[in-house]
Amino acid sequence: MTDALLKRVERPAKPSALSNAMVFGWRAVLKFKHVPEQLFDLVMTPIMFTLLFTFVFGGALAGTPGSYLQFFLPGILVQTVVFNAVYSGMGLSTDFSKGLFDRFRSLPIWSLAPFTGLMVGDLMRHLIAGGIILGIGLILGYRPEAGVMGVVLAFAMLLAMGFGFGWVFLVLGMMVRTPTTVMTLGFTILFPVTFASNIMVDPATMPDWLRGFVEVNPVSLMTTALRGLMDGTATAGMLAVALIAPVLLTVLLAPVTLMLYRRK
Amino acid sequence: MSQPPDLAISTRGLTRSFGPVKAVAGIDLDVPKGMIFAVLGPNGAGKTTLLRMLATLLPPDGGSASVMGHDLRADPDAVRGVIAMTGQFASLDEDLTGRENLVMLSRLWGFAGRAARDRATDLLAAFDLADAGNRQVNTYSGGMRRRLDIAASLIVTPGVLFLDEPTTGLDPTARQSVWRLIRQLAASGVTILLTTQYLEEADQLAARIAVIDKGRKIAEGTSRQLKAQTGSGVLHVTPSDPGQLEAAEAMLATTGPVQRSAEGATLSVPVQDAASAHDLLARLIASGVEVADFSMGQPSLEEVFFALTGAPPEEETA
Repeated sequence: MTDALLKRVERPAKPSALSNAMVFGWRAVLKFKHVPEQLFDLVMTPIMFTLLFTFVFGGALAGTPGSYLQFFLPGILVQTVVFNAVYSGMGLSTDFSKGLFDRFRSLPIWSLAPFTGLMVGDLMRHLIAGGIILGIGLILGYRPEAGVMGVVLAFAMLLAMGFGFGWVFLVLGMMVRTPTTVMTLGFTILFPVTFASNIMVDPATMPDWLRGFVEVNPVSLMTTALRGLMDGTATAGMLAVALIAPVLLTVLLAPVTLMLYRRK
Repeated sequence: MSQPPDLAISTRGLTRSFGPVKAVAGIDLDVPKGMIFAVLGPNGAGKTTLLRMLATLLPPDGGSASVMGHDLRADPDAVRGVIAMTGQFASLDEDLTGRENLVMLSRLWGFAGRAARDRATDLLAAFDLADAGNRQVNTYSGGMRRRLDIAASLIVTPGVLFLDEPTTGLDPTARQSVWRLIRQLAASGVTILLTTQYLEEADQLAARIAVIDKGRKIAEGTSRQLKAQTGSGVLHVTPSDPGQLEAAEAMLATTGPVQRSAEGATLSVPVQDAASAHDLLARLIASGVEVADFSMGQPSLEEVFFALTGAPPEEETA
């Protein structure tokens, strides 16, 4: 081993920030190659939800399972990306607990590059999981009335939702030491937020105080926008209110994330 | 802060607290270029905090430091360009293969495409990991992981390499191989600052040793100088008759501080060398103490601390 060790290797020209970011994107892709089972975690819950709600509750809630699925599918897509965001927080917490970020932070690289990689990984996860759920929906008889264009726009909105909520869990991932605590905390927040929404049922029968929350819940607003886009009944106003939360979360939490990272 | 050109690291009054705990309470260090320098201390002494500050991972609260002529606080990015750090926990992506880890880091340093792959191949071969290169790191043994972790610090030859407890948790064979690596690196001109809990490790590797406790440096010197203070070894004596323990202890105490083993049957006293151990034993037997068992060993960290401070090290969490 002596020869190669004694050879001095000089530092090449400093790479660009973009080049650094792309390395982390590549890392995210490699993770899919080596840990394909992570997708299993991501899609099993929404698949179970889709099947149970459609066939167990669907008939009672909407007359037939088929018409319930038509109502439910855009919502379960929203729930899928929001739940997925928890896993990226867990991933970050794992990286920190293993000391991997120490190595990244002691390198002369663009300090935000590791986050761009996490984001690339997240967006890929959202697309893959969303695609699988949509595929199952299509097999079960779901039909997006607005066609391909509607679905593409709906997925763009989903990515915005995933991106915005991602910050919440990146912050949690950096503040909480153990990955499993990130998950527990994450779902403690997400179960009420996704159930107290219009994903599963029309909020018309809910008590007033709850309906007040459900109507302004960002998850509901996004679900309404997705239903609109996929049914072809979306309005610009629907999309605008749906984007408020993702934009606000990004503007507020991105600087917090960076501050925590620099101070870590 | 100005720094003589022959110093790789220089710190003055470096401090860092975590809440009320002063993890590093004012440390001055001067590490010449090309040297293996060991920071010896128990858990919680502040070793890791000191290293993390020097590796730009943790901003100091006070004091100043420079690494290879770059001021730590004014220009951390320049410091990052000349250092590499191998932490206590493998800083590798366990899901990726060994090769992918090295290619990833090579690209981050600026090696493009082919050059990054070649760099990974060279390092895998140099560290005896060529066969394991395409396996995921989570299948590696502790020793392999440690080697890959050190390889990952050598993508670009660093001016200073920080090693935080490089052999903690390794079996004796893996420890020997890491020691060999460290010596070769130093021979190639890399300055190495390592932390350790083992006097033997510091003794084997380092040209100079700083002993730290509770965030302060309590002694510094060459291994020989430290041993002059602490004794180069320890004589352990077990009298046959427990009734003679008091007498034996009184006799041994004439040469240095005596420690009783936890069970109380064995006495340990620092000695300068084998000859003085022999004399001491002869005098003990001549005084009428019957010796059931004796042995001589390297002083443990506890014994070094006992000799330097008159008290065993305190376990702290920091």
